[in-house]
Amino acid sequence: METQTSRNIDYETLADLKIGQRARVISLLVEGLTRRRLLDLGLLPGTEVKALLKSPLGTPKAYDVRGTILALRLEDASKIVVELLSQRTVR
Amino acid sequence: MPQRLWLNCYLSVQSGDINLGIKFEGQNYYQERHEELEKGHDYLVCLSGNPNTGKSTVFNALTGLRQHVGNWPGKTVARAEGSFKYEGKRYKVIDLPGTYSLLATATDEEIARNFLLFSHPDVVVVVVDSTALERNLNLVLQVLEISNRVVVCLNLVDEAARKGLKVDAKQLSLDLGVPVVPTVANAGKGLNDLVKTIAEVASAKITTSPHHFAVTTEISKLLDEVVPYVEKVAGDLPNIRWITMRLLEGDKRIQQALESEELASLAGLGQDVSVAKKPSEAELKDLLERIQTVTSTIRKSLHDYVVSSIYADAETIASKCVTKVKASKNDLDAKIDRIVTSRFVGFPIMIALLMAIFWITIEGANIPSQLLAEGLFWLENQLSLLFRWFGAPQWLEGLLVHGTYRGLAWVVSVMLPPMVIFFPLFTILEDLGYLPRIAFNIDRFFKWAGAHGKQTITMCMGFGCNAAGVISCRNINSPRERLIAILTNNFMPCNGRWPTLILMATVFISTAFTPTLSSLIATFAVATVTLLGIVMTFVVSALLSRTLLKGESSFFVLEMPSYRRPQFSRVLYTSLIDRTIKVLYRAVVWAAPAGTLIWILGNVNISGESLMAHAADVLQPIGLLIGLDGIILLAYIIAIPANEIIIPTMIMGYMGTSMMTELESTAELHALFAAHGFTIITAICLMLFSVLHYPCATTTHTIWKETKSAKWTILSNLIPLSVAFLVCFGVAHILQGLGFG
Repeated sequence: METQTSRNIDYETLADLKIGQRARVISLLVEGLTRRRLLDLGLLPGTEVKALLKSPLGTPKAYDVRGTILALRLEDASKIVVELLSQRTVR
Repeated sequence: MPQRLWLNCYLSVQSGDINLGIKFEGQNYYQERHEELEKGHDYLVCLSGNPNTGKSTVFNALTGLRQHVGNWPGKTVARAEGSFKYEGKRYKVIDLPGTYSLLATATDEEIARNFLLFSHPDVVVVVVDSTALERNLNLVLQVLEISNRVVVCLNLVDEAARKGLKVDAKQLSLDLGVPVVPTVANAGKGLNDLVKTIAEVASAKITTSPHHFAVTTEISKLLDEVVPYVEKVAGDLPNIRWITMRLLEGDKRIQQALESEELASLAGLGQDVSVAKKPSEAELKDLLERIQTVTSTIRKSLHDYVVSSIYADAETIASKCVTKVKASKNDLDAKIDRIVTSRFVGFPIMIALLMAIFWITIEGANIPSQLLAEGLFWLENQLSLLFRWFGAPQWLEGLLVHGTYRGLAWVVSVMLPPMVIFFPLFTILEDLGYLPRIAFNIDRFFKWAGAHGKQTITMCMGFGCNAAGVISCRNINSPRERLIAILTNNFMPCNGRWPTLILMATVFISTAFTPTLSSLIATFAVATVTLLGIVMTFVVSALLSRTLLKGESSFFVLEMPSYRRPQFSRVLYTSLIDRTIKVLYRAVVWAAPAGTLIWILGNVNISGESLMAHAADVLQPIGLLIGLDGIILLAYIIAIPANEIIIPTMIMGYMGTSMMTELESTAELHALFAAHGFTIITAICLMLFSVLHYPCATTTHTIWKETKSAKWTILSNLIPLSVAFLVCFGVAHILQGLGFG
């Protein structure tokens, strides 16, 4: 229960994740084709992700999503709301 | 020709016109399938799978064909067909485009989906990447909805093992209700099992009971309401649940199939197609009304519900079947990734790799090139002697030996050695999986240029052949961005142009330096013009995005595959047979007639001057304006069919009618060019012109076929040509002003 409350403090987007940070997707603020694509790639509410890489030019960033590496541009990643998972709560 | 029909249907979606106008006018897939099988194939097998799971490798292994494979997602654009024989039965194999889903969010998905549904394959093989089972199960579970004759090919189990993952194929098979065959397709492991299993499923020796993903009660209620109506219209279909879901999502194509007799005919499989009745108007109206009322009650889009249901099941199944046995080598992958995409060395590494490839090519090609030239020109002398021995007239000897043969000999000795070195190196880089990392590093430029992120892949294809690059633009779904990619592909120097670049760099630019420095300088020169081509791609793309093709870069997700060790036999095959021989063949085919033409131009005299001299005189002032000369421009006109013959044409142009001794070394080539006023400026401008000028005839024809638009085809030539003129003009005048040459 304690972890529950401490987690709720940090609502961020995928774009804000620092390299190495983990998070859980809360919602996707996109509609239409983009939303469908993201869902099909396994990026849906409840999915755990981890930020892995950042392009030398700052965007895109690459994330571990269900064992695959997906790169998203920051403007797209910023439409995915996540809650940060502190290192300890990670399974 | 049912096969043709199939293909047409497929291609009409794949290429279509640039608006991707998709037409399905009453194509009856089932009818075509029927005819196909009557043609001597016993079974129809489809390969489906996520991109980059080794699907093409499986296809090649099954059919013995050699389709291009590479470690990057989304390479297979055109559908491949092949066949194999097993225990006296003939199997037709169709390789569908790699997709993540069948929910038809993109053209390739729609193609795969329609094919699976309407052609009613006897077996669907879903190739699955064992390292990412959960994500791959998304597609598997969708396929299981459509077809009940499914074999899962659990590929890349070796890669999974290296990552410390163990996938329990038996458990997976139990959970999915279909056979699962573990394979390592690129090492040929498990493929016999796969073939056997395909055969057993095809002949119904193995009966399957496909798992259907669990839907929420909410969706389940909706389905219960609508399914009876669909059944009334379409008949008793095994995949009625899936079809209903599609209808509820407003899938136009399925609705259309419902309105025609297409779906109904699927229900009557085994019967005569003509038996299938057209659904009655009243029943159809009932159904559509039902769908309307039901969909209005759903809060979110049905897609969200469906996908989360599928992934929930995928998670459960994956957690049962995948065990993490040990800490993985994944860390190594991650370490490499951090280095090659790092802020400080990411770009230097890219450029260093490019330079290394050029340097090895230039250094390594030197000696074999000379040996080859010596040998081939020795043969020319022998041929000459042979002609004289026969007493052949001198013009015939000139035409055939000094025209046609010499042209051929030049092309072979100049082009073969660099290609034999360059292509394997490039193929290794491609196989390793480095190209998606390049895409990751430079994506921001595409965003800036308003171009699609997938353009990196079309550009890399262009490195090999621009026509192939233009075709690969089909991967880009947005018509605007696809056009940009097509129009700028030419700025990537293709196979046919590398020899010109390398030769100019070695013969002219680097000779001004000491031998130790010279190959480095040559490398630097080639890399610089290549980078310039890349920069021009971005600049022209950006200009197009702000003028003729206004718009912004659309959504883009890039999947970065794990690194794979290149398979050397395949690298050799792809680079030597697929690339080198093809390019050389094209060069030879065009060089022979061009050689003949040049000989004629050089030997037919009008008022004391050869035709070639006349033509060159006319072009001379334009040539000089942009740092070139008349002969070079003439060579570029003659070489429109194939860029490969630029240098040979120039040589023949310079040598003219004079029976010059054969050119055995680069020093002699240098002397020949220098005698005709070549300076370092000419060499630089020639390299620039080579990278920037218009596409070759084959590419132009491909652009026409892909865009079906005269306007864009003409622009695809005019844009690069004007860029080439501007750049060469500028560079020549600046260098002259600085006192070079």
